[in-house]
Amino acid sequence: MTITSNISKAAAAALVMMSLFGLATTGLGAQEAVSIQLSIKNKQFQPREITAPANRPIRFTIKNLDPAAAEFESVTLRVEKLIAAGSEGVVNLRPLSPGRYDFFDDFNPQNTGTLVVR
Amino acid sequence: MLAALIIVFREVFEAGLVVGIVMAATRTVPGRGWWVGGGVLGGTLGAGIVAMFAGALSAIFDGIGQELFNAAILAVAVVMLSWHNIWMARHGREIAAEMREAGEAVVAGSMTLMSLAIVVGVAVLREGVEVVLFLYGVATSQGGSGLGILAGGAIGLILGASVCLLTYFGLVIIPSRHLFAVTSLMLAFLAAGMAAQATKFLEQANVVTSLGTIVWDTSWVLSDRSLVGRALHTLIGYSDQPTAMQLAVYLATLAVTFALMRLFAAARPARVVIRENLAARTSTRPR
Repeated sequence: MTITSNISKAAAAALVMMSLFGLATTGLGAQEAVSIQLSIKNKQFQPREITAPANRPIRFTIKNLDPAAAEFESVTLRVEKLIAAGSEGVVNLRPLSPGRYDFFDDFNPQNTGTLVVR
Repeated sequence: MLAALIIVFREVFEAGLVVGIVMAATRTVPGRGWWVGGGVLGGTLGAGIVAMFAGALSAIFDGIGQELFNAAILAVAVVMLSWHNIWMARHGREIAAEMREAGEAVVAGSMTLMSLAIVVGVAVLREGVEVVLFLYGVATSQGGSGLGILAGGAIGLILGASVCLLTYFGLVIIPSRHLFAVTSLMLAFLAAGMAAQATKFLEQANVVTSLGTIVWDTSWVLSDRSLVGRALHTLIGYSDQPTAMQLAVYLATLAVTFALMRLFAAARPARVVIRENLAARTSTRPR
């Protein structure tokens, strides 16, 4: 008897935990995203600088053309994304204020690039 | 070679901290070596499989598959950690009251070990995917210099694994009557940190968008990309630029875990209460 009540309590606990993640999950903005794209080739972002409009959601696609995996990372954009060799990664960015946002490949930190928002 | 050493070390090091704490937390439980070992093995195999399908995983759910996957396995680990703590809050009490029956103890022991084995598996899987992808890329794209890089990776692995040992031996110095309190506190913070990290993945995927303002920026004091920052990130969930939502989830996880630990520790088995009532009734001594 105590065991079953334990289990149901534990299940309730699990539900509370899970619902924490579900809480405040809101719908996406209605605004259409701007698509931008760059590639990684020979361990370099191409282009190394890319421009996007301010205050609009951005759909940023990174194509990894190299035979080695990359980890697209940016502190200011708050992104960390593994991109396997020969595949592409999509990063959905919320509307940004004008500025320069640096990013880099965490597996090859010399490879850096900048997103210019204006 | 040095770059490979650093990358492999910092991933293994983060998983190593988790494994070390779990080993210390389960020090008195028989058979824990098999469970923790199973968690490491399962996590490693899982890392290989996830790495193999990394491209496909990334592409599903309109490009947010990787984020959803990470958030989901972190959420599982959070639930497992809290569950373990809640179970132990209760059984610690029962051990003290010499109430624990042998059969029950084994069941409770293996249940809590299973939950922690899953936590270890998740930690190893998450860090392992990066190591596997990184080393695989190096091995296939470079011929001669690839060997040096693999050697660097091997040294990084050994150094990272020694962090696991250091964590373990550092913790078991603590006298056993305090060890349990210390490790459950550490596991609770580990859970809160993982919950905040899961939130970050959901934010990155744009699934969670509210409370997105950055609460503080301490990157100038302690960047969470530095070694100390990474250690604190794993241990207590330190972040140099958390969003309000991450902070809220972090605090809520801690609050819920501690509240449930108290609740379960307080709710003692009915038969103890009955026995105490009987004892009180039959007692002839006036109060």
